[in-house]
Amino acid sequence: MMKQSRKWNIFVHGDRCLVVQFGTGIDVEVGRRCGAAAVALQAAALPGVSDIVPTFNMVAVHFLPAGFKPGTNVPDLVSEIHRVLSATPLNGSTSAGNVIELPICYGGEYGPDLADVAERTQLSPEEVIQLHGQEPAYVFMLGFAPGAPFMGVHDERFALPRRSTPRTSIPAGSVGIANRQTFIYPNSLPGGWHIIGRTPLTLFDPARDPATLISPGDTVQFVPISEDEFKRLAQP
Amino acid sequence: MTVTVIRPGLNSSFQDSGRHGHQHLGVPVGGAMDLRAHQLANLLAGNTKEVATLEITLVGPELRFDAPACIALTGGDLSPALNGEPIPMGRPLVVRAGDTLSFGARRLGVRTYLAWHGGIDLPHVLGSQSTYLRGGLGGFQGRALRKGDVLKLKASLPNHALDALANDLADTYIYLPSTLVNNPRERLRVVRGPHTRLFNEAAIESLLNSDYRISNQSDRMGYRLEGPALPLRENQQLLSEGATFGSIQVPADGAPIVLMADRQSIGGYPKIAHVITVDLPQLAQSMPGDTIRFEEVELPVAYQLDMQRERALMDLKDALTPIRERIWDVTGHMSGGSVAV
Repeated sequence: MMKQSRKWNIFVHGDRCLVVQFGTGIDVEVGRRCGAAAVALQAAALPGVSDIVPTFNMVAVHFLPAGFKPGTNVPDLVSEIHRVLSATPLNGSTSAGNVIELPICYGGEYGPDLADVAERTQLSPEEVIQLHGQEPAYVFMLGFAPGAPFMGVHDERFALPRRSTPRTSIPAGSVGIANRQTFIYPNSLPGGWHIIGRTPLTLFDPARDPATLISPGDTVQFVPISEDEFKRLAQP
Repeated sequence: MTVTVIRPGLNSSFQDSGRHGHQHLGVPVGGAMDLRAHQLANLLAGNTKEVATLEITLVGPELRFDAPACIALTGGDLSPALNGEPIPMGRPLVVRAGDTLSFGARRLGVRTYLAWHGGIDLPHVLGSQSTYLRGGLGGFQGRALRKGDVLKLKASLPNHALDALANDLADTYIYLPSTLVNNPRERLRVVRGPHTRLFNEAAIESLLNSDYRISNQSDRMGYRLEGPALPLRENQQLLSEGATFGSIQVPADGAPIVLMADRQSIGGYPKIAHVITVDLPQLAQSMPGDTIRFEEVELPVAYQLDMQRERALMDLKDALTPIRERIWDVTGHMSGGSVAV
Protein backbone atom coordinates (compact mmCIF):
# COMPACT_ATOMS: atom_id res chain seq x y z
CA MET A 1 0.00 0.00 0.00
CA MET A 2 1.26 3.46 -0.84
CA LYS A 3 2.28 5.43 2.16
CA GLN A 4 0.15 8.53 2.19
CA SER A 5 0.91 11.80 3.82
CA ARG A 6 -1.49 12.68 6.61
CA LYS A 7 -4.86 14.01 5.57
CA TRP A 8 -5.04 16.34 8.55
CA ASN A 9 -3.07 19.01 10.36
CA ILE A 10 -3.02 19.69 14.08
CA PHE A 11 -2.98 23.28 15.32
CA VAL A 12 -2.61 24.56 18.85
CA HIS A 13 -5.36 26.87 20.16
CA GLY A 14 -3.98 28.18 23.43
CA ASP A 15 -2.62 25.85 26.08
CA ARG A 16 -5.71 23.66 26.54
CA CYS A 17 -6.99 22.92 23.04
CA LEU A 18 -5.74 21.25 19.89
CA VAL A 19 -7.57 21.57 16.60
CA VAL A 20 -7.36 18.92 13.89
CA GLN A 21 -8.09 20.31 10.44
CA PHE A 22 -9.29 18.02 7.64
CA GLY A 23 -9.91 20.35 4.74
CA THR A 24 -11.22 23.71 3.75
CA GLY A 25 -14.72 24.91 2.99
CA ILE A 26 -18.13 23.50 3.77
CA ASP A 27 -18.23 20.09 2.16
CA VAL A 28 -20.14 17.01 3.31
CA GLU A 29 -17.20 14.73 2.59
CA VAL A 30 -14.90 16.81 4.77
CA GLY A 31 -17.63 17.00 7.41
CA ARG A 32 -18.00 13.23 7.45
CA ARG A 33 -14.26 12.82 7.94
CA CYS A 34 -14.51 15.21 10.90
CA GLY A 35 -17.46 13.21 12.24
CA ALA A 36 -15.62 9.90 11.90
CA ALA A 37 -12.50 11.38 13.50
CA ALA A 38 -14.57 12.70 16.42
CA VAL A 39 -16.13 9.26 16.96
CA ALA A 40 -12.71 7.58 16.88
CA LEU A 41 -11.17 10.11 19.27
CA GLN A 42 -14.13 9.78 21.63
CA ALA A 43 -13.79 5.99 21.60
CA ALA A 44 -10.04 6.24 22.26
CA ALA A 45 -10.79 8.01 25.58
CA LEU A 46 -7.36 9.66 25.66
CA PRO A 47 -6.35 10.63 29.23
CA GLY A 48 -7.01 14.29 29.99
CA VAL A 49 -9.26 14.89 26.96
CA SER A 50 -12.50 16.54 28.09
CA ASP A 51 -14.35 17.55 24.91
CA ILE A 52 -14.18 16.54 21.25
CA VAL A 53 -15.99 19.07 19.10
CA PRO A 54 -16.44 18.54 15.37
CA THR A 55 -17.14 21.59 13.21
CA PHE A 56 -17.33 22.02 9.40
CA ASN A 57 -13.74 21.09 8.63
CA MET A 58 -12.09 20.66 12.03
CA VAL A 59 -12.28 18.73 15.26
CA ALA A 60 -11.36 20.58 18.44
CA VAL A 61 -9.81 18.44 21.18
CA HIS A 62 -10.07 20.18 24.56
CA PHE A 63 -7.98 18.82 27.41
CA LEU A 64 -7.35 19.28 31.13
CA PRO A 65 -3.73 18.60 32.06
CA ALA A 66 -4.81 17.34 35.50
CA GLY A 67 -6.02 14.22 33.67
CA PHE A 68 -2.75 13.48 31.87
CA LYS A 69 -0.79 10.38 32.83
CA PRO A 70 2.17 11.35 35.04
CA GLY A 71 5.18 12.37 32.98
CA THR A 72 3.18 13.10 29.83
CA ASN A 73 2.32 16.48 28.33
CA VAL A 74 0.66 18.05 25.31
CA PRO A 75 3.18 16.76 22.70
CA ASP A 76 2.32 13.22 23.84
CA LEU A 77 -1.36 13.98 23.30
CA VAL A 78 -0.57 15.24 19.79
CA SER A 79 1.19 11.92 19.04
CA GLU A 80 -1.76 9.99 20.42
CA ILE A 81 -4.21 11.90 18.22
CA HIS A 82 -2.08 11.14 15.14
CA ARG A 83 -1.95 7.48 16.18
CA VAL A 84 -5.74 7.20 16.64
CA LEU A 85 -6.53 8.99 13.39
CA SER A 86 -3.99 6.94 11.42
CA ALA A 87 -5.79 3.79 12.55
CA THR A 88 -9.23 5.13 11.54
CA PRO A 89 -10.76 4.91 8.07
CA LEU A 90 -11.65 8.49 7.21
CA ASN A 91 -12.91 8.16 3.67
CA GLY A 92 -15.80 10.60 3.96
CA SER A 93 -18.26 8.52 1.95
CA THR A 94 -20.52 7.50 4.85
CA SER A 95 -21.82 9.26 7.94
CA ALA A 96 -21.00 8.02 11.41
CA GLY A 97 -24.27 9.02 13.05
CA ASN A 98 -27.98 8.19 12.97
CA VAL A 99 -30.53 8.94 10.28
CA ILE A 100 -33.29 11.14 11.70
CA GLU A 101 -36.61 12.14 10.18
CA LEU A 102 -37.49 15.67 11.20
CA PRO A 103 -41.09 16.84 10.76
CA ILE A 104 -41.37 20.45 9.61
CA CYS A 105 -44.47 22.57 9.09
CA TYR A 106 -43.48 24.95 6.28
CA GLY A 107 -44.76 28.46 5.60
CA GLY A 108 -47.55 30.41 7.24
CA GLU A 109 -46.93 31.69 10.75
CA TYR A 110 -44.31 28.96 11.26
CA GLY A 111 -42.24 29.91 8.20
CA PRO A 112 -42.64 33.66 7.69
CA ASP A 113 -39.79 33.85 5.15
CA LEU A 114 -40.96 31.05 2.85
CA ALA A 115 -42.54 33.44 0.31
CA ASP A 116 -39.48 35.68 0.37
CA VAL A 117 -37.13 32.73 -0.15
CA ALA A 118 -39.33 31.56 -3.04
CA GLU A 119 -39.05 34.98 -4.64
CA ARG A 120 -35.29 35.20 -4.16
CA THR A 121 -34.75 31.70 -5.58
CA GLN A 122 -37.32 32.14 -8.36
CA LEU A 123 -39.11 29.02 -7.19
CA SER A 124 -42.64 28.46 -5.97
CA PRO A 125 -43.06 27.93 -2.19
CA GLU A 126 -43.88 24.27 -2.94
CA GLU A 127 -40.66 23.94 -4.92
CA VAL A 128 -38.66 25.47 -2.06
CA ILE A 129 -40.12 22.86 0.33
CA GLN A 130 -39.40 20.07 -2.13
CA LEU A 131 -35.84 21.25 -2.74
CA HIS A 132 -35.20 21.57 0.99
CA GLY A 133 -36.12 17.94 1.61
CA GLN A 134 -34.79 16.59 -1.66
CA GLU A 135 -31.66 15.13 -0.10
CA PRO A 136 -30.91 14.34 3.54
CA ALA A 137 -28.77 16.98 5.22
CA TYR A 138 -25.54 16.17 7.06
CA VAL A 139 -25.15 17.56 10.58
CA PHE A 140 -21.75 19.26 10.66
CA MET A 141 -21.94 20.59 14.19
CA LEU A 142 -24.06 21.86 17.05
CA GLY A 143 -23.48 25.29 18.50
CA PHE A 144 -24.56 28.88 19.06
CA ALA A 145 -27.07 27.42 21.53
CA PRO A 146 -27.34 23.97 23.15
CA GLY A 147 -28.79 21.48 20.67
CA ALA A 148 -28.71 23.83 17.67
CA PRO A 149 -27.65 21.96 14.51
CA PHE A 150 -25.88 23.32 11.40
CA MET A 151 -26.79 21.07 8.46
CA GLY A 152 -26.16 20.91 4.73
CA VAL A 153 -25.03 21.20 2.08
CA HIS A 154 -28.13 22.25 0.15
CA ASP A 155 -28.67 23.08 -3.52
CA GLU A 156 -26.81 26.13 -4.84
CA ARG A 157 -30.11 27.99 -5.11
CA PHE A 158 -30.14 28.13 -1.29
CA ALA A 159 -26.85 30.05 -1.26
CA LEU A 160 -28.64 33.05 0.27
CA PRO A 161 -26.75 35.33 2.62
CA ARG A 162 -28.37 35.77 6.01
CA ARG A 163 -30.90 38.57 6.43
CA SER A 164 -29.24 41.98 6.63
CA THR A 165 -31.25 42.81 9.75
CA PRO A 166 -31.44 39.91 12.22
CA ARG A 167 -34.68 39.39 14.12
CA THR A 168 -34.51 39.98 17.85
CA SER A 169 -36.50 36.88 18.70
CA ILE A 170 -37.13 33.72 16.70
CA PRO A 171 -39.46 31.07 18.18
CA ALA A 172 -38.14 27.69 19.34
CA GLY A 173 -38.11 25.03 16.64
CA SER A 174 -37.81 27.54 13.78
CA VAL A 175 -36.01 26.15 10.73
CA GLY A 176 -33.78 28.66 8.95
CA ILE A 177 -31.81 28.46 5.75
CA ALA A 178 -28.83 30.51 4.53
CA ASN A 179 -25.52 29.85 2.78
CA ARG A 180 -26.74 26.42 1.54
CA GLN A 181 -27.30 25.32 5.15
CA THR A 182 -30.16 24.73 7.55
CA PHE A 183 -30.05 25.88 11.16
CA ILE A 184 -32.69 25.18 13.78
CA TYR A 185 -33.33 27.43 16.79
CA PRO A 186 -33.78 25.09 19.80
CA ASN A 187 -35.19 27.90 21.92
CA SER A 188 -36.27 31.47 21.38
CA LEU A 189 -33.21 33.40 20.20
CA PRO A 190 -32.22 36.36 18.04
CA GLY A 191 -31.02 35.46 14.55
CA GLY A 192 -30.72 36.24 10.87
CA TRP A 193 -31.53 33.00 9.05
CA HIS A 194 -34.48 32.87 6.61
CA ILE A 195 -37.21 31.07 8.54
CA ILE A 196 -39.10 28.72 6.22
CA GLY A 197 -40.76 26.42 8.77
CA ARG A 198 -40.87 25.03 12.26
CA THR A 199 -40.46 21.61 13.85
CA PRO A 200 -42.72 20.62 16.76
CA LEU A 201 -39.97 18.47 18.31
CA THR A 202 -37.79 19.56 21.22
CA LEU A 203 -34.17 19.84 20.15
CA PHE A 204 -32.58 20.19 23.57
CA ASP A 205 -33.68 18.76 26.90
CA PRO A 206 -30.96 18.35 29.55
CA ALA A 207 -33.10 15.74 31.36
CA ARG A 208 -33.11 13.52 28.27
CA ASP A 209 -30.28 11.14 27.31
CA PRO A 210 -28.96 12.14 24.89
CA ALA A 211 -29.89 15.72 25.65
CA THR A 212 -30.12 16.65 21.98
CA LEU A 213 -32.51 15.36 19.33
CA ILE A 214 -29.85 15.74 16.65
CA SER A 215 -26.13 15.13 17.14
CA PRO A 216 -23.07 15.93 15.02
CA GLY A 217 -22.52 13.29 12.36
CA ASP A 218 -26.25 12.51 12.02
CA THR A 219 -28.12 12.72 8.74
CA VAL A 220 -31.48 14.48 8.79
CA GLN A 221 -34.36 13.94 6.39
CA PHE A 222 -36.85 16.82 6.48
CA VAL A 223 -40.48 15.65 6.32
CA PRO A 224 -43.17 18.24 5.52
CA ILE A 225 -46.19 18.09 7.84
CA SER A 226 -49.50 19.95 8.09
CA GLU A 227 -50.41 22.48 10.75
CA ASP A 228 -52.73 19.91 12.36
CA GLU A 229 -49.94 17.40 12.51
CA PHE A 230 -47.63 20.06 13.98
CA LYS A 231 -50.11 20.69 16.79
CA ARG A 232 -50.53 16.98 17.39
CA LEU A 233 -46.77 16.40 17.59
CA ALA A 234 -45.97 19.52 19.62
CA GLN A 235 -44.91 18.46 23.08
CA PRO A 236 -46.73 20.26 25.87
CA MET B 1 -29.63 22.49 57.58
CA THR B 2 -30.19 25.52 55.42
CA VAL B 3 -28.82 28.89 54.46
CA THR B 4 -31.26 31.72 53.71
CA VAL B 5 -30.55 34.46 51.21
CA ILE B 6 -31.34 37.79 52.91
CA ARG B 7 -29.90 39.85 50.05
CA PRO B 8 -28.74 38.19 46.82
CA GLY B 9 -25.89 40.53 45.85
CA LEU B 10 -25.26 41.68 42.29
CA ASN B 11 -24.78 38.29 40.64
CA SER B 12 -24.26 35.29 42.91
CA SER B 13 -24.39 31.94 41.14
CA PHE B 14 -23.16 28.43 41.87
CA GLN B 15 -20.24 27.32 39.73
CA ASP B 16 -17.93 24.32 39.60
CA SER B 17 -15.06 23.48 37.24
CA GLY B 18 -17.45 23.43 34.32
CA ARG B 19 -19.79 21.32 32.25
CA HIS B 20 -17.20 19.33 30.34
CA GLY B 21 -17.93 16.73 27.70
CA HIS B 22 -20.98 18.36 26.09
CA GLN B 23 -19.49 21.06 23.89
CA HIS B 24 -20.13 18.95 20.78
CA LEU B 25 -23.83 19.32 21.63
CA GLY B 26 -23.47 23.08 21.74
CA VAL B 27 -23.46 23.22 25.55
CA PRO B 28 -20.99 25.82 26.89
CA VAL B 29 -18.49 24.72 29.53
CA GLY B 30 -19.25 27.60 31.89
CA GLY B 31 -18.00 27.07 35.42
CA ALA B 32 -16.09 29.40 37.72
CA MET B 33 -14.52 32.45 36.07
CA ASP B 34 -11.59 32.16 38.49
CA LEU B 35 -11.14 28.38 38.51
CA ARG B 36 -8.09 28.57 40.75
CA ALA B 37 -9.99 30.39 43.49
CA HIS B 38 -12.92 27.98 43.12
CA GLN B 39 -10.68 24.93 43.52
CA LEU B 40 -8.81 26.53 46.40
CA ALA B 41 -12.06 27.32 48.24
CA ASN B 42 -13.16 23.69 47.96
CA LEU B 43 -9.84 22.40 49.27
CA LEU B 44 -9.82 24.84 52.19
CA ALA B 45 -13.38 23.85 53.13
CA GLY B 46 -12.18 20.27 53.39
CA ASN B 47 -13.85 18.95 50.26
CA THR B 48 -12.04 16.23 48.35
CA LYS B 49 -14.70 15.69 45.75
CA GLU B 50 -15.46 18.81 43.80
CA VAL B 51 -18.71 20.59 44.64
CA ALA B 52 -20.08 23.89 43.39
CA THR B 53 -18.98 27.06 45.16
CA LEU B 54 -20.94 30.31 45.18
CA GLU B 55 -19.40 32.80 42.75
CA ILE B 56 -20.03 36.24 44.22
CA THR B 57 -19.60 39.24 41.94
CA LEU B 58 -18.60 42.76 43.01
CA VAL B 59 -21.50 43.29 45.43
CA GLY B 60 -21.77 40.39 47.84
CA PRO B 61 -24.92 38.78 49.21
CA GLU B 62 -26.12 38.60 52.79
CA LEU B 63 -26.61 35.00 53.89
CA ARG B 64 -28.07 33.73 57.15
CA PHE B 65 -26.94 30.34 58.38
CA ASP B 66 -29.81 28.37 59.89
CA ALA B 67 -27.39 25.57 60.79
CA PRO B 68 -23.67 25.36 61.60
CA ALA B 69 -21.27 24.96 58.71
CA CYS B 70 -17.62 24.98 57.79
CA ILE B 71 -16.87 27.48 55.01
CA ALA B 72 -13.95 29.03 53.14
CA LEU B 73 -13.68 32.22 51.08
CA THR B 74 -11.16 32.79 48.28
CA GLY B 75 -10.62 34.99 45.22
CA GLY B 76 -11.51 38.67 45.17
CA ASP B 77 -11.65 40.45 48.53
CA LEU B 78 -15.08 42.03 49.01
CA SER B 79 -14.61 42.64 52.75
CA PRO B 80 -16.37 39.54 54.09
CA ALA B 81 -17.82 39.81 57.59
CA LEU B 82 -19.59 37.47 59.97
CA ASN B 83 -22.18 39.21 62.13
CA GLY B 84 -20.52 42.46 61.12
CA GLU B 85 -17.02 41.39 62.20
CA PRO B 86 -14.36 41.08 59.45
CA ILE B 87 -13.31 37.49 58.75
CA PRO B 88 -10.19 36.20 57.01
CA MET B 89 -10.13 34.75 53.52
CA GLY B 90 -8.12 31.74 52.44
CA ARG B 91 -8.83 29.53 55.45
CA PRO B 92 -11.57 27.25 56.82
CA LEU B 93 -13.99 28.92 59.22
CA VAL B 94 -16.76 27.64 61.44
CA VAL B 95 -20.11 29.45 61.32
CA ARG B 96 -22.96 28.83 63.72
CA ALA B 97 -26.72 28.72 63.41
CA GLY B 98 -27.99 32.30 63.32
CA ASP B 99 -24.75 33.76 61.96
CA THR B 100 -24.98 36.22 59.09
CA LEU B 101 -22.34 36.40 56.38
CA SER B 102 -22.16 39.71 54.55
CA PHE B 103 -19.79 41.62 52.32
CA GLY B 104 -18.69 45.22 52.04
CA ALA B 105 -16.29 47.32 50.00
CA ARG B 106 -14.31 45.82 47.16
CA ARG B 107 -10.67 45.71 48.20
CA LEU B 108 -9.11 43.47 45.58
CA GLY B 109 -10.44 41.64 42.55
CA VAL B 110 -14.12 41.30 41.76
CA ARG B 111 -15.19 37.66 42.33
CA THR B 112 -15.25 35.89 45.70
CA TYR B 113 -15.77 32.12 45.95
CA LEU B 114 -17.64 30.73 48.93
CA ALA B 115 -17.27 27.00 49.58
CA TRP B 116 -19.18 24.94 52.13
CA HIS B 117 -17.84 21.74 53.57
CA GLY B 118 -19.97 19.07 51.87
CA GLY B 119 -21.44 21.63 49.49
CA ILE B 120 -25.00 22.70 48.81
CA ASP B 121 -27.67 20.27 47.63
CA LEU B 122 -27.82 21.03 43.90
CA PRO B 123 -28.69 18.76 40.98
CA HIS B 124 -26.06 17.68 38.50
CA VAL B 125 -27.25 18.82 35.09
CA LEU B 126 -25.22 17.22 32.31
CA GLY B 127 -22.61 16.27 34.87
CA SER B 128 -22.17 19.70 36.44
CA GLN B 129 -23.60 21.93 39.16
CA SER B 130 -22.57 25.10 37.31
CA THR B 131 -25.21 27.71 36.55
CA TYR B 132 -25.43 28.61 32.86
CA LEU B 133 -27.27 31.88 33.36
CA ARG B 134 -27.97 32.61 29.68
CA GLY B 135 -29.50 29.17 29.17
CA GLY B 136 -31.22 28.91 32.56
CA LEU B 137 -29.41 25.63 33.15
CA GLY B 138 -27.97 24.01 36.27
CA GLY B 139 -26.93 25.51 39.60
CA PHE B 140 -29.75 26.75 41.85
CA GLN B 141 -32.83 26.70 39.57
CA GLY B 142 -30.70 27.77 36.62
CA ARG B 143 -30.33 31.34 37.88
CA ALA B 144 -28.49 33.74 40.15
CA LEU B 145 -29.59 33.85 43.79
CA ARG B 146 -32.65 35.86 44.78
CA LYS B 147 -33.86 37.22 48.06
CA GLY B 148 -35.57 34.52 50.10
CA ASP B 149 -33.88 31.55 48.42
CA VAL B 150 -33.20 28.70 50.83
CA LEU B 151 -30.09 26.61 50.18
CA LYS B 152 -29.78 23.13 51.66
CA LEU B 153 -26.46 22.17 53.23
CA LYS B 154 -25.31 18.61 52.64
CA ALA B 155 -23.07 18.16 55.70
CA SER B 156 -24.12 18.71 59.27
CA LEU B 157 -21.90 19.85 62.14
CA PRO B 158 -23.12 19.01 65.66
CA ASN B 159 -23.32 22.06 67.95
CA HIS B 160 -21.32 20.55 70.81
CA ALA B 161 -18.18 20.17 68.65
CA LEU B 162 -18.11 23.63 67.12
CA ASP B 163 -15.95 25.53 69.61
CA ALA B 164 -13.19 22.93 69.59
CA LEU B 165 -13.24 22.69 65.81
CA ALA B 166 -13.19 26.47 65.40
CA ASN B 167 -10.21 26.74 67.75
CA ASP B 168 -8.31 23.96 66.04
CA LEU B 169 -8.90 25.43 62.59
CA ALA B 170 -7.89 28.90 63.79
CA ASP B 171 -4.65 27.47 65.20
CA THR B 172 -3.76 25.65 61.98
CA TYR B 173 -1.09 27.28 59.90
CA ILE B 174 -2.00 27.16 56.21
CA TYR B 175 0.69 27.84 53.67
CA LEU B 176 -0.50 28.71 50.17
CA PRO B 177 2.14 28.53 47.42
CA SER B 178 2.56 31.61 45.21
CA THR B 179 0.98 29.89 42.20
CA LEU B 180 -2.29 29.61 44.10
CA VAL B 181 -2.73 33.12 45.46
CA ASN B 182 -3.56 36.48 43.90
CA ASN B 183 -0.27 37.77 42.65
CA PRO B 184 -1.17 40.30 39.96
CA ARG B 185 1.21 40.56 37.04
CA GLU B 186 1.82 43.74 35.11
CA ARG B 187 1.07 41.92 31.86
CA LEU B 188 -1.15 38.98 31.03
CA ARG B 189 0.73 36.36 29.06
CA VAL B 190 -0.53 35.25 25.65
CA VAL B 191 0.55 32.66 23.09
CA ARG B 192 0.17 32.94 19.33
CA GLY B 193 -2.40 30.77 17.60
CA PRO B 194 -3.08 29.52 14.08
CA HIS B 195 -4.93 32.73 13.22
CA THR B 196 -2.21 35.11 14.40
CA ARG B 197 -0.71 35.21 10.89
CA LEU B 198 -4.03 36.54 9.54
CA PHE B 199 -3.25 39.83 11.28
CA ASN B 200 -0.81 42.55 10.29
CA GLU B 201 2.43 42.60 12.23
CA ALA B 202 1.29 46.09 13.31
CA ALA B 203 -1.83 44.56 14.88
CA ILE B 204 0.26 42.11 16.87
CA GLU B 205 2.52 44.98 17.94
CA SER B 206 -0.57 46.92 19.03
CA LEU B 207 -1.82 44.01 21.09
CA LEU B 208 1.51 43.58 22.85
CA ASN B 209 2.39 47.27 23.33
CA SER B 210 -0.90 49.03 24.06
CA ASP B 211 -3.12 49.50 27.05
CA TYR B 212 -6.55 47.90 26.70
CA ARG B 213 -9.46 48.87 28.87
CA ILE B 214 -12.08 46.32 29.85
CA SER B 215 -15.37 47.63 28.47
CA ASN B 216 -18.63 47.90 30.37
CA GLN B 217 -20.03 45.36 27.91
CA SER B 218 -18.18 42.54 29.59
CA ASP B 219 -19.66 39.58 31.39
CA ARG B 220 -19.13 35.89 32.12
CA MET B 221 -19.27 35.18 28.39
CA GLY B 222 -16.56 37.56 27.24
CA TYR B 223 -14.54 40.67 28.01
CA ARG B 224 -14.69 43.35 25.35
CA LEU B 225 -11.52 45.41 25.20
CA GLU B 226 -11.23 49.07 24.26
CA GLY B 227 -7.96 50.21 22.70
CA PRO B 228 -6.17 50.25 19.36
CA ALA B 229 -8.11 48.22 16.74
CA LEU B 230 -6.47 45.05 15.47
CA PRO B 231 -6.94 44.92 11.70
CA LEU B 232 -6.73 41.71 9.71
CA ARG B 233 -4.43 41.52 6.68
CA GLU B 234 -7.54 41.10 4.56
CA ASN B 235 -11.16 40.84 5.49
CA GLN B 236 -12.02 37.19 5.42
CA GLN B 237 -14.76 34.91 6.58
CA LEU B 238 -13.60 31.98 8.69
CA LEU B 239 -15.63 28.84 9.28
CA SER B 240 -16.85 28.36 12.83
CA GLU B 241 -14.58 26.19 14.93
CA GLY B 242 -14.05 25.21 18.55
CA ALA B 243 -13.55 28.09 20.98
CA THR B 244 -11.58 28.16 24.22
CA PHE B 245 -11.39 30.09 27.51
CA GLY B 246 -8.92 32.94 26.98
CA SER B 247 -9.03 33.15 23.18
CA ILE B 248 -8.79 36.76 22.01
CA GLN B 249 -11.15 36.95 19.07
CA VAL B 250 -11.39 39.95 16.80
CA PRO B 251 -14.64 40.73 14.95
CA ALA B 252 -14.65 42.82 11.78
CA ASP B 253 -14.60 46.11 13.74
CA GLY B 254 -11.15 45.19 15.07
CA ALA B 255 -12.16 45.47 18.74
CA PRO B 256 -10.90 42.38 20.60
CA ILE B 257 -13.02 40.18 22.87
CA VAL B 258 -11.47 37.73 25.32
CA LEU B 259 -13.67 34.63 25.57
CA MET B 260 -14.46 33.79 29.20
CA ALA B 261 -16.20 30.98 31.12
CA ASP B 262 -19.65 31.16 29.45
CA ARG B 263 -18.23 31.42 25.91
CA GLN B 264 -20.09 29.54 23.20
CA SER B 265 -18.66 26.16 22.22
CA ILE B 266 -17.89 27.37 18.68
CA GLY B 267 -17.01 30.69 17.12
CA GLY B 268 -16.12 32.05 13.72
CA TYR B 269 -14.03 35.12 14.42
CA PRO B 270 -10.25 35.10 13.95
CA LYS B 271 -8.29 34.84 17.19
CA ILE B 272 -5.17 36.94 17.35
CA ALA B 273 -3.80 35.20 20.45
CA HIS B 274 -4.78 33.19 23.51
CA VAL B 275 -4.37 34.22 27.16
CA ILE B 276 -2.56 31.40 28.94
CA THR B 277 -4.57 29.39 31.46
CA VAL B 278 -2.59 30.38 34.54
CA ASP B 279 -3.25 34.08 33.86
CA LEU B 280 -7.03 33.69 33.42
CA PRO B 281 -7.76 34.08 37.16
CA GLN B 282 -6.21 37.54 37.08
CA LEU B 283 -8.37 38.46 34.12
CA ALA B 284 -11.45 37.02 35.86
CA GLN B 285 -10.62 39.23 38.86
CA SER B 286 -10.41 42.35 36.65
CA MET B 287 -13.46 44.48 36.08
CA PRO B 288 -14.85 46.95 33.55
CA GLY B 289 -12.71 50.07 33.55
CA ASP B 290 -9.52 48.21 34.48
CA THR B 291 -6.57 48.51 32.13
CA ILE B 292 -4.76 45.39 30.99
CA ARG B 293 -1.58 44.77 28.99
CA PHE B 294 -0.31 41.68 27.25
CA GLU B 295 3.05 40.04 26.66
CA GLU B 296 3.95 37.08 24.52
CA VAL B 297 5.33 33.78 25.81
CA GLU B 298 6.11 30.56 24.00
CA LEU B 299 3.76 27.59 24.29
CA PRO B 300 6.09 25.32 26.28
CA VAL B 301 6.19 28.01 28.95
CA ALA B 302 2.38 28.05 29.09
CA TYR B 303 2.23 24.25 29.35
CA GLN B 304 4.83 24.19 32.08
CA LEU B 305 3.11 26.89 34.15
CA ASP B 306 -0.24 25.12 33.78
CA MET B 307 1.27 21.80 34.94
CA GLN B 308 3.02 23.54 37.85
CA ARG B 309 -0.23 24.99 39.06
CA GLU B 310 -2.04 21.67 38.77
CA ARG B 311 0.73 20.07 40.80
CA ALA B 312 0.53 22.83 43.40
CA LEU B 313 -3.19 22.13 43.81
CA MET B 314 -2.52 18.42 44.27
CA ASP B 315 0.24 19.13 46.78
CA LEU B 316 -2.03 21.48 48.69
CA LYS B 317 -4.72 18.80 48.79
CA ASP B 318 -2.19 16.49 50.45
CA ALA B 319 -0.98 19.21 52.80
CA LEU B 320 -4.54 19.91 53.95
CA THR B 321 -5.21 16.30 54.95
CA PRO B 322 -5.00 17.06 58.71
CA ILE B 323 -7.63 19.79 58.34
CA ARG B 324 -9.95 17.51 56.41
CA GLU B 325 -9.57 14.77 58.96
CA ARG B 326 -10.27 17.22 61.76
CA ILE B 327 -13.49 18.33 60.03
CA TRP B 328 -14.47 14.72 59.36
CA ASP B 329 -14.05 13.97 63.08
CA VAL B 330 -16.93 16.37 63.60
CA THR B 331 -19.12 15.61 60.61
CA GLY B 332 -18.58 11.89 61.07
CA HIS B 333 -18.05 10.97 57.45
CA MET B 334 -15.14 10.44 55.14
CA SER B 335 -16.36 11.34 51.71
CA GLY B 336 -16.17 15.11 51.90
CA GLY B 337 -19.63 15.71 50.59
CA SER B 338 -21.91 12.75 50.13
CA VAL B 339 -24.07 12.93 53.22
CA ALA B 340 -27.67 12.42 52.25
CA VAL B 341 -30.17 15.12 53.11
